[in-house]
Amino acid sequence: MDKLKMVQRFPRSRDRLLAILHELQRANPRNYLTGEDLRLVAQYLDLPLSQVHDAVTFYSMFSLVPRGRHIIRLCDSPPCHLAGAWSLLAALQEELGIRVGETTPDGLFTLEFTSCLGVCGVAPAMMIDDQVYGNLNPERVREILAGYREAG
Amino acid sequence: MRIARAHVLVGVDEEARLAGVERVLSALRKKLAELGLADEVQVVETGTLGLSGRGVVLVVYPEGVYYAGVTPEAAEEIAEEHLLKGRPVERLRLPPQAPVVAPRRLLGRQTRVVLRNCGLIDPEDIEDYIATGGYEALSRALQRRPEELIREIKSAGLRGRGGAGFPTGIKWEAVARAAGPEKYVICNADEGEPGTFKDRLILEGDTHKLIEGMLLAGYAVGAHKGYVYIRGEYVLSIARMERAIAQAREYGLLGEDILESGYSFDLEVRPGAGAYVCGEETSLIESLEGKRGWPRLRPPFPVTYGLWGKPTVVNNVETLANVPEIVFRGADWFRTLGTSSCPGTKVFMLLGHVQFPGLVEVEMGTPLRTLVYELGGGPPEGARVKGVLVGGAAGAFLSPEDLDVRLDFDSMREMAAALGSGAILVFDQSVCMVDMLGSVLRFFRHESCGQCTPCRVGTDALVRLLDSIRNGEGDEGILELMMEITDTMNLASLCPLGQSVALPVGTALSRFRGEFQRHLEGGECPRCRQSEGALT
Repeated sequence: MDKLKMVQRFPRSRDRLLAILHELQRANPRNYLTGEDLRLVAQYLDLPLSQVHDAVTFYSMFSLVPRGRHIIRLCDSPPCHLAGAWSLLAALQEELGIRVGETTPDGLFTLEFTSCLGVCGVAPAMMIDDQVYGNLNPERVREILAGYREAG
Repeated sequence: MRIARAHVLVGVDEEARLAGVERVLSALRKKLAELGLADEVQVVETGTLGLSGRGVVLVVYPEGVYYAGVTPEAAEEIAEEHLLKGRPVERLRLPPQAPVVAPRRLLGRQTRVVLRNCGLIDPEDIEDYIATGGYEALSRALQRRPEELIREIKSAGLRGRGGAGFPTGIKWEAVARAAGPEKYVICNADEGEPGTFKDRLILEGDTHKLIEGMLLAGYAVGAHKGYVYIRGEYVLSIARMERAIAQAREYGLLGEDILESGYSFDLEVRPGAGAYVCGEETSLIESLEGKRGWPRLRPPFPVTYGLWGKPTVVNNVETLANVPEIVFRGADWFRTLGTSSCPGTKVFMLLGHVQFPGLVEVEMGTPLRTLVYELGGGPPEGARVKGVLVGGAAGAFLSPEDLDVRLDFDSMREMAAALGSGAILVFDQSVCMVDMLGSVLRFFRHESCGQCTPCRVGTDALVRLLDSIRNGEGDEGILELMMEITDTMNLASLCPLGQSVALPVGTALSRFRGEFQRHLEGGECPRCRQSEGALT
């Protein structure tokens, strides 16, 4: 869908800012917001561009640089840490060859930390895009990554 | 509800979804159809059944038999054996002491007020909620004056379940009395405290109760507009709430002239975008206004200067979920539960090294020991409880000697701890306190919003100091320095995020000091080595 049309589905009120940004970012296969997106939203909501930029840079779910097609969000808050999240991190970094905050050279994955995902009952957990995975161990993590790689 | 011979309630929440509940449901429905039971047995998708870490959980009524870890094949077996032949599949049944929602005999010391409907109704069907007496409180309240409603909540002694324990009635009264016709009600569903997912499960398990609570709050304070601010990561919560709002509008329970009372109120959902600090009410308001979620200087408080500068009630999900119950059953009934200064119940997440982790609701003032040993079944065999982190990352580390503390706002405060969000993380001897505190401190460093200096600099300094301890560099002066930093943060930070770091640091250093000293002396710690390799 054309970006302008996407934005126009929302009422012109600044409290819609985050919802609109989510929508635009989701539509971008590389999971980020472009300068053009920001200008479009600023114009639509009648806000200074600096204010939109200010908000975007605050929230961890938004990015201004291209990310992988899949965003891996690993939880390392205390319940997951207790259950061995650090061992998953080691496996992820080794398997992907990147560190937290980086994107794989093939543009497939970005690795990030997230605050608690609220599925502590199945700790340690991670989220890939909108999908939550729990009861993980390094082995499972490798399997899951392989699945995404196969699917491309 | 359709009349059926048997009901199968399937808990559908984030955990169940990742355990493949969709496949279980379709296998179950298909098998029931094959067996010709589709009209006799009703399958209801409900919220959480209160048990964590057990995969797909379902319960068969009228017998009240619980099954856990249900796979599509197991679902077919249950359909054939239990629902057709009437023989429960013993192999798949849940141990009877597990803290599930119902039946009564399994409840033990649980008292369900907030979670009354969770796991028993289909949260996506407004008729289910109405059938349990839902929206009855609203229709009664609309026939009374708003002041009477506030008086009822005040005399019930309801206190905010978000962590601070502020009296809800007093908050409402302040907004009701504030000048101007434009007022707002906000439901704070930006649940981000580590180990906390009760609000998500209340919201996903009994969505309409929350809407009714917000309607009552709106009527009491004279607001006509409300917002539910939900974490951006909670995809299912957002979808369920949107759907419930649409249903309520269809039934004339939201919108103009509700139940012909002349009162109008409408609700909208707003997603967050990944910022723990937005759980703090003034940050949440800033975020809702489309800005970065930086806490505001207070006073003025939101009750006089909230959303768009107008008087605003901000209440936690669990607080609002109590409101319809109080209005329906009365303040006197509510006061029969809990303690005199903290009436009612509290929902807790029991996690970590216990046999039955999950969501439990008990009366305020219930001893921590009861939760850990009776409802949680104690630590797994062969393990001993080393400590408990109560209240999430912003909570207090307690030792086994503290287990008799009563869980209510005042008793916790007396022992310099806090009830916080209600997360209870039990850990055994395998856990290293230095490593554990490291996880808490990294969390705060990640989530500090960066607006005020004490928190921005303090959270980073604490992580560095902890790394020194881990590496056996330095002496006990480091521990003193950490205390000094958290004291400063407690005094000078703008919002509770920075202020609350003093609690985990202070309690860890005082109750488990020896362990920190051993690390400083250069003692080898395998646990620290393991996690250090990955995290630094």
